[in-house]
Amino acid sequence: MIPRSTYQKVLGWVGLLAVLVIVAFLVLPAAVVTIAAFNDKPILSFPPQTWSWRWFGRALAYEDFRQGFFNGLIVTAWSSTIALCVGGMFAFVIDRYKFPLKSAIEGILISPLVIPHFTVGLGFLILAAQVGLSRGFAVVVICHVILVLPFVLRSVYVSLRNLDQSYEHAAASLGAGPLRVLTTVTLPLLLPGLVSGWLFAAILSFNEFTASLFVTSQRTQTLPVAMYNYVREFADPSMAALSVMYIVGTAALIAFANAFLGLGKVLNIEQSH
Amino acid sequence: MKPSASAEGEHTAVYFDTVTKRFDDVAALNAVTLGVGRSEFVTLLGPSGCGKTTLLKLAAGFLGPDGGSISIEGKRVNDIPTYRRGIGMMFQNYALFPHMSVADNVAYGLKTRRVPKADRDKRVADALALVKLKGMENRKPRQLSGGQQQRVALARALVINPTVLLLDEPFSALDKSLRTSMQVELREIQRRLGLTTIFVTHDQGEALSMSDRVAVMSEGRIRQLGSPVDVYRSPADPFVASFVGDNNRLRGQFVSMQAKQAIVALGDALVRVPGESLSGLEKSAAVDLFVRPEQFDVVAPEEPCTIKGSVVAQIYQGGHVDLQIECSGGAGERLLVRSPGEQAVLRWPMGAPVGVAIQADQCSAFPAA
Repeated sequence: MIPRSTYQKVLGWVGLLAVLVIVAFLVLPAAVVTIAAFNDKPILSFPPQTWSWRWFGRALAYEDFRQGFFNGLIVTAWSSTIALCVGGMFAFVIDRYKFPLKSAIEGILISPLVIPHFTVGLGFLILAAQVGLSRGFAVVVICHVILVLPFVLRSVYVSLRNLDQSYEHAAASLGAGPLRVLTTVTLPLLLPGLVSGWLFAAILSFNEFTASLFVTSQRTQTLPVAMYNYVREFADPSMAALSVMYIVGTAALIAFANAFLGLGKVLNIEQSH
Repeated sequence: MKPSASAEGEHTAVYFDTVTKRFDDVAALNAVTLGVGRSEFVTLLGPSGCGKTTLLKLAAGFLGPDGGSISIEGKRVNDIPTYRRGIGMMFQNYALFPHMSVADNVAYGLKTRRVPKADRDKRVADALALVKLKGMENRKPRQLSGGQQQRVALARALVINPTVLLLDEPFSALDKSLRTSMQVELREIQRRLGLTTIFVTHDQGEALSMSDRVAVMSEGRIRQLGSPVDVYRSPADPFVASFVGDNNRLRGQFVSMQAKQAIVALGDALVRVPGESLSGLEKSAAVDLFVRPEQFDVVAPEEPCTIKGSVVAQIYQGGHVDLQIECSGGAGERLLVRSPGEQAVLRWPMGAPVGVAIQADQCSAFPAA
């Protein structure tokens, strides 16, 4: 019979190994792409024989990528901000008021989780053609708002649920009218939830590909669409270099948010109070 | 009931007139009428779900009544929102704004009233001095202890000179020794400022020690309104008798009325108890006697007594000793008997047979339900 301590030790090592394997598996694609980005040769191969930074330069200089990046920023800024306002107000109404068909409306607002992105994209493509709307930024932004709304809604809703109403009652008892309560107490206390909702929406919107492929034109294409178009014609490591910049950029953004608000609050996995 | 309680007079600061409140067809308050005099400290006491917090929320305006009316300083406030009622309130969790400093928390109510900055700073400093928190102005609430947070909450409620101070179980989160000193301090400040105060608690000790008057509530009604002594000494009904303070319930049989006293049979013994609430009972109807632990005298078993039994537990409490005495015969009923001083520890050891005499003129009697 194995002594209990040995048994536990073995179990501990096996557990550690399992965790390492899972982590390695999660990191593997990113690691492969990162390494491939430094290949000197104009082919996506692994592992590279010679090393170079030049694909980073190429990716930064390529006009479609530059255009796609700035298009993506425009679309992301508008869509996540609009989604935050709309979703925030809906979350507020759902949290604070009782009304008929409440659960039905909640269901509809969450439904983009169920409806595939290409369906949303295709729908907007047809609609835009029907009403004679040109394929400008407006269509892309509206499409993205619909796609990210559920995430914003949930994020704000959870923060509202966690917000103790006695803060607002206290403010009212001290003579603050509804608007003052909202601006001096409710919104400041909801800020982490609002920021996390906005951040989620922004990351989702910036990375969104499927629906964007339908609703963007050459002029409005976002970065993922530009990358898709690129990879259809070329197979050099500038794609990989771009991916690395993507990862670093997103990580920096999250680290920034973490430094100012705390990751737990941003991801809404801890109660703010 | 004092006259000021039943009718709205010029000394009434807050008046609830047959106030009713329902939550989804469940009546939380049932035609409650209560007047709170100016500068008076009134406690709403009752178990959870009795409606005490609902009544406080109606006064604050967080809820609206379904029937009846509420007035503050003679003005009907049913349709006046919280922020125009001029109340001050302390919450169970203090509800200090976590994103503001102590000084900003206290200044909040002055800013909403557009008090000029110089005046505001002075009043904030005065309020913090009143609750002994000088030097804490720039701390955030989470950097304070529970007792300090409570003082900030009190300062924030007082600095606006409220017409009424509403307190929603503000001491429940404090440990016992701190709670007692805060109770004394709050009561002192309340007296000094002459503040009309409505205090909600489920702690009967707190209610008795702090209040001018206590309203004992149950199931959406006020069961008794009176001074702490009234409520403790002469409970209006069996609920009040068993909720406020420790009490022993003894089942007896009604024998007869003599003048204003009733003769009740407890086993073989007859006791003479205050009889107002028993008038009209038929002979041998069941009667519940409520006897406080300190209204018993423990005697040697051969001396004249009402009940015989033996000591089954001794609880030494320093200033007094609580004895649990199991009655001999019957269904093994236990009595809680309080004996002042320390003699009982040696005199009535565990297992000792004892006799128990009742100071019957002090106890309360009600027809058994």
